[in-house]
Amino acid sequence: MTLLENAAAKQSIRSRPVGNTPTIKNLGSTTDKVLNFPLNAWYVAAWDYEITRNPIARTIAGRPLAIYRTEDGKAVALADACWHRLAPLSMGKPVGRDGIQCPYHGIVYNSAGRCISMPAQETINPSATVPSFPIVERYRYAWVWIGDATLADPAKIPDMHQLDDPEWVGDGLTIGVNCNYQLVLDNLMDLTHEEFVHSSSIGQDELSESDFVVTHDDTTVTVTRWMLNIDAPPFWRKNMRDKFPDFEGKVDRWQIITFEAPSTICIDVGVAKAGTGAPEGDRSQGVNGFVMNTISPQNDRSCHYFWAFMRNYRLESQLITTQLRDGVSKVFKEDEDMLEAQQAAIDANPDYEFYSLNIDGGGMWVRRLIERMLEAEGRPASAQPEHAHRAPKAAR
Amino acid sequence: MAAHNQEVWQRGRVIEADYVATDIKRIVFEPTLPVKAAPGTHLTVAIEIDGAIDTRSYSIVASSDDGTRLTLSVFKTRNTRGGAILMHNLKVGDSIAMTQPMQNFPLRIGAERYVLVAGGVGVTAMVNMARVLREIGANYELVYVGRNREAMAYLDDLTALHGNRMRVFVDDEGNSLNVDKLLGSIAEHPFATETELYMCGPIRLMDGIRRSWASHGLNPPNLRFETFGNSGWFEPEDFIVRIPRLGIETTVGVGSSMLEALESAGADMMFDCRKGECGLCEVRIIDLEGEIDHRDVFFSEQQQRDNTKMCCCVSRGANPNAANGTRTVITLDVS
Ligand code: FES
Ligand code: FES
Ligand SMILES: [Fe+2]
Repeated sequence: MTLLENAAAKQSIRSRPVGNTPTIKNLGSTTDKVLNFPLNAWYVAAWDYEITRNPIARTIAGRPLAIYRTEDGKAVALADACWHRLAPLSMGKPVGRDGIQCPYHGIVYNSAGRCISMPAQETINPSATVPSFPIVERYRYAWVWIGDATLADPAKIPDMHQLDDPEWVGDGLTIGVNCNYQLVLDNLMDLTHEEFVHSSSIGQDELSESDFVVTHDDTTVTVTRWMLNIDAPPFWRKNMRDKFPDFEGKVDRWQIITFEAPSTICIDVGVAKAGTGAPEGDRSQGVNGFVMNTISPQNDRSCHYFWAFMRNYRLESQLITTQLRDGVSKVFKEDEDMLEAQQAAIDANPDYEFYSLNIDGGGMWVRRLIERMLEAEGRPASAQPEHAHRAPKAAR
Repeated sequence: MAAHNQEVWQRGRVIEADYVATDIKRIVFEPTLPVKAAPGTHLTVAIEIDGAIDTRSYSIVASSDDGTRLTLSVFKTRNTRGGAILMHNLKVGDSIAMTQPMQNFPLRIGAERYVLVAGGVGVTAMVNMARVLREIGANYELVYVGRNREAMAYLDDLTALHGNRMRVFVDDEGNSLNVDKLLGSIAEHPFATETELYMCGPIRLMDGIRRSWASHGLNPPNLRFETFGNSGWFEPEDFIVRIPRLGIETTVGVGSSMLEALESAGADMMFDCRKGECGLCEVRIIDLEGEIDHRDVFFSEQQQRDNTKMCCCVSRGANPNAANGTRTVITLDVS
């Protein structure tokens, strides 16, 4: 055995063979530590209220954008780099009905990204344009498409209708997380972690003890878990009492997690008085929420995590809306801390690989669907390793 | 799109080569670093002429989805420089240095209506755009203008693909395009303000459309064009340039630009785009015997009429009335 082989043999004790994998298809495992992101997809760039006539800067799927609204209320997403010397247009100011002026030498672009005024000359250079990206407002979000614009069909926007459906109320926030977006998806596809990360609010022993079912099709993955005849954890006991003030006793609890590729996860959650028929479809003796999550990669190590908690009871109470938003926000802070610590450990241990547990079933299907999208785009499943890549915190 | 304008060099192997019209050769390359070419993209090839490396840019006529087949069309004119001849001589199996696709003429997806105008070899920039618009079900019209049918590349293919979305105008058949009529119909269309016109062709056609676009009050940024490959108002001819301050006098032959001639005569010239857009190569005209064929889009029409400055990367001396062989002489100074 040569020295080199010897070293390789030792290495393989802990790390799997990496590199030189001839084609994407040959990858046996689906556990890239830093997963690439598809470009041919709708990602949320901002909440509707964030977009005004004055531009904001936001990087989605690796592309810095200047996002603003025209006087007619239409959302616009332009590349955040002037054609001339690449100064950020997001630092510019609104001009006319739909224009934006570069803050540096004053080139003005219209909402299609075309130069409409150029300093110190009588003509306009026909090449002077900045890319303009498809952007669609739906479900209180503005969704952008960074990839091939000819494929940007608004029908492909994931279903998050509870966000603006009159039968549902609620609110949410954005979290900038310094981790690969896929770690957030993993987190949401396996709620076993609630028992350990969220022990004071929604965690309980039954989470890791109860069975779950994973199903999938070409674009979605669903994980269903029922916990019957259990004590309600503090968060759910409070919600039950909002609807049934005198509530005491056991509940049947459900979590139905639905992923829609590449990065939207809506979770149907709730509890009902034990034995009143919730598993069979009668939820009238319970409370139901929808945790709406959609994660937009900023780059390979940071993401914008847009979430909201919607409910379909006590629609009149702004108090409950605010309590739920703040309560869930505290819970998600626990996730954020864990995810950033996890990403830091991943980066600090480049020679160690991921291994999987049976609880990763949902997350593993998510990875596979995303890898298929990447393969269809002809892009690698693994993001380029970028060392010491500490991006500023995503979203605000 | 600025984002895709980095020159990434690779090799391209010829996998097909045939004539698609008189003097127009279609060449299909298999590149070593394939990427799908978006509509409006071009690539630059590096070729060796008389021991020197020179570059030429060509629109990408078609691209397979995985970018492993890129089609170019190369036009050979009477005054063709060495490049086109060399390209015409390429055979299947030959390989040349080329860049990955670069974008200067992006097709914006999402307009209510599109009119594409292709003049002569300018059709090469339009073939891919028209195909994509058809694929996504856009509201578009393709107008193809040429001298005679034999000189019009891809005429049959385009007719078959675009059917009644295509209108053909052939000068030699007495059926020339009436630019004002075409633009008048655009201006009267209910989508007038939302119509984008993309054009590529000879400068006479493009200038005519530019003027008519303005006179019809159409939205200026919706007129899209690419200047590369522009012909002039006049056939190129030899002319003489002088820079007294530097003691330079040189003849600019039909096969080279004034910028190139001045550089080889020893002038230290500034330039960037080399296609008449940026204005960095402007020179100040001190004296002029003859006329100037302004081929740039940097100066306004009034500035061009003034004849006090010119973009030397594309504009030339011309002498349209002198059948007697007198050459234009331009005396100038440079910065
Ligand atoms: S960088 Fe924008 S005008 Fe110069
Ligand atoms: S170099 Fe740009 S106009 Fe001549
Ligand atoms: Fe969590």
